Amino acid sequence: MSMLQVKGVSMFFGGLAAISDVSFDIKTGEIVGLIGPNGAGKTTMFNVVNGFYHPSKGEVFFMDKKISGLKPHQICKLGIARTFQVVKPLQRMSVFDNVMASAFLRVKTRAQAVEISHETINFTGLHDDTDVISKSLPLGKRKKLEIARALATQPELLLLDESFAGLNPSELDESIEIIRKIKARGITIMIIEHHMKVIMSISDSIVVLNYGEKIAEGAPHEIGHNPLVVEAYLGEAQSA
Amino acid sequence: MTSVQIEVFLQTLIAGLLLGGLYALIGLGMTLIMGVMKIINLAHGELMMVGMYIAYWMFVLFNIDPYLSVFIATPALFFLGIAIQKFLVNPVLKVESILPENQVILTVGIGMVLANLATVFFKSDYRSTPVAYATNAFYLSDFWETSPIELSLSVPWTVSFVFAVVITITLWFFLAKTDTGKSIRATAQDLEAAFLMGVNVKLMRVITFGIGAGLVGAAGCLFLPIYYLFPSLGGQFTLIAFVITILGGLGSTIGAIIGGLVLGVFESMTATYIGMGWAPVGRFVIFVVCLIFLPGGVASLLKRKKFGK
Amino acid sequence: MKKFAPFIILTILAVIPLTGLSTYMLHILILVIMWSAIGMSWNLLGGYCGQVSFGHAAYFGVGAYTAGILYSKLGLSPWWGVPLSIVVVSVFSLVLGFIVLRLRGPFFALATLASGEVMRITTENLVDLTGGAMGILIQKRTWVDKTWYFYIILLIAASTFILVRKLMESKLGYYFVAIREDQDAAESLGINTTLYKTLALCISGVLTGIAGAFYTNYMGYIDPHVAFALHDISIITIMIVMVGGVATYWGPFVGALIMVLLAEVIRSMPGLGTAHQTLFGVLLIVIIIFLPNGIVGDYKKLKRLLGFRRAST
Repeated sequence: MSMLQVKGVSMFFGGLAAISDVSFDIKTGEIVGLIGPNGAGKTTMFNVVNGFYHPSKGEVFFMDKKISGLKPHQICKLGIARTFQVVKPLQRMSVFDNVMASAFLRVKTRAQAVEISHETINFTGLHDDTDVISKSLPLGKRKKLEIARALATQPELLLLDESFAGLNPSELDESIEIIRKIKARGITIMIIEHHMKVIMSISDSIVVLNYGEKIAEGAPHEIGHNPLVVEAYLGEAQSA
Repeated sequence: MTSVQIEVFLQTLIAGLLLGGLYALIGLGMTLIMGVMKIINLAHGELMMVGMYIAYWMFVLFNIDPYLSVFIATPALFFLGIAIQKFLVNPVLKVESILPENQVILTVGIGMVLANLATVFFKSDYRSTPVAYATNAFYLSDFWETSPIELSLSVPWTVSFVFAVVITITLWFFLAKTDTGKSIRATAQDLEAAFLMGVNVKLMRVITFGIGAGLVGAAGCLFLPIYYLFPSLGGQFTLIAFVITILGGLGSTIGAIIGGLVLGVFESMTATYIGMGWAPVGRFVIFVVCLIFLPGGVASLLKRKKFGK
Repeated sequence: MKKFAPFIILTILAVIPLTGLSTYMLHILILVIMWSAIGMSWNLLGGYCGQVSFGHAAYFGVGAYTAGILYSKLGLSPWWGVPLSIVVVSVFSLVLGFIVLRLRGPFFALATLASGEVMRITTENLVDLTGGAMGILIQKRTWVDKTWYFYIILLIAASTFILVRKLMESKLGYYFVAIREDQDAAESLGINTTLYKTLALCISGVLTGIAGAFYTNYMGYIDPHVAFALHDISIITIMIVMVGGVATYWGPFVGALIMVLLAEVIRSMPGLGTAHQTLFGVLLIVIIIFLPNGIVGDYKKLKRLLGFRRAST
């Protein structure tokens, strides 16, 4: 069964197409990588799925329910949580309170929210920083906090926007481990990532965007040999 | 419509346009500061009040005509604005606080101090400036004897309006043609880009606050021959400036001019056809309608360009 | 110790009238407590939810006029205004919130400022209902003695304190602060920001309105300039919270204590009376520059500043 269906989505900004006619499916339980050079429209795609943008054309379905046109909080309530590329922790709240604010989505009482929060914080390895004000966390931990916060809303589908960028090797390993653990819980994941090795190793399938268009889709080993993908990336490498 | 009704309507329209020209000047100062600093100056009306008192005392003590005081009050307010920006607003931009609106609250404090100092020094009496031409007027029948309707044009209102137009054109020229003007516009459009292009952003902010204060100071001189002067008049003009800015579109100079004229005419119409007391309510009706139906103000109509949130 | 602080302070306050305080001192205390209640209400919306309102006079005035109009038009006791203002101000806040909550940050601030002014001008012009600029005079006050007024406002303020505190420890509190910190993040975490901002506005407005209804009963006279005052209500409310401490439980109380006492001291000094707004303005500017989170919020910083001065002299 597919969890998320993106059908012919286009997104225009003042006549420029950030995404044009992109379609793909995400199957329940998969990890799907969304890759592409800078400016390919990856984050825009997330913003469309999570409801910040309403697509100019096309539709998005989540568990067979149309979600394009809904507001972000409604989509989150249905079971899609996301993280931000530019981390947005609730600056002057502690790590614990950050997670609490999300945990209240599915529970009413404080006691239940506390339980979920502790569980999520332990799960993501932030237990030593529970009372730290999130503004003063180092980047690696802020990225983890983003994940913890999204998880505390108890999603079916998790959208991770560059959760690995800027991490050192040991943090990277930890984070990959967390992603695997999330998958083991039965949560479907879509992930934007630049780190090719990581994305190839953890993804079940990959969608490639370039200039707002989908240029390839398939299993990691197929993508690696796809001439269009190679060209898109080499082109960027040469110009960089 | 009878000819009397037409007369009343045209007279109201003219009065509204003349008032609108002055409003535009007040709005311009506000919108410039908003565009560049991204803060709202709630002491704007009080700065105008300071300008009015300068012109008033110049007239009483040295018999200097309020229109000549434009050349005294404008530079004085320019420097006052610079001082406020440099010594009060800038330090607040640097401090860490829970509420980002601290800067707005700061300008409230500045406004309170200015208004109250005026009360302490000049008492809360209503004053008017007894210029000789205060009640003079041009009549349509003086120019066109067989005119079917009679319209009058108050001399001080007309002169003030002309001054406002000249100042506005000068400002426009300054913003469009000079290097400093261009840098100010660049800073308003994209602070970071301007900074990277080598614009001295900090200096531009200081200058902008000065210009905004200078403009409203000039407006104060122009209002003096036609309006009462009292220490607490600032508040209502701050609100007017804000309504104009919302109406015109934040940070848009052309929008502020149109906004000023629209507001002037609207208030004048409300006063004539509904009642004097309701003119201020009309102001807020425009404001609310604008917020709901035209959030980008007149400027968004002119541009027809869509921005993300 | 800290846990019992509210009870200890409440007990001390409750005992005060029994000590044979002068009527004037009791009046000052009533003002302090009333302003604490208004400050706490403002803090809920401004400090915790981050929506800085410059127009709390609108809610105060609607509450005050609810009590006043019940008396002048229906001949009821103005005390009915206290419970009824809950309904009236709720409806009023919903309508107002629909308009002003479309705006963010400074624009919200200014829209609220305008709303207070609109209410003042409207009240002035609706002469048939409100008595216009003449205001409403309560011919016979309920009590001559101030003791009962003291206990009533103490009850109102204590309830406000408890309510704000309970709210802030609940789901709503987390949501309010999340909205203050980052509206986009809050929205993507499943928080219906429009709904919760409206809730914060309504609760804050109603609590302020109740204080307004009390004011009518206590002072026995209201007019549009008093009940919808920009400086003497909307701005003073902000000052009380700024001075005391934004987003702290005790800030509004500390702020109200300082501001009311300061106002009285200044007023009693010959020659300084007319300049009290200047001194308030300077105090506001100094607080914003040096203690942006108020005395309670920046307590540590304040201690450091004072300690440093002591060490250097």
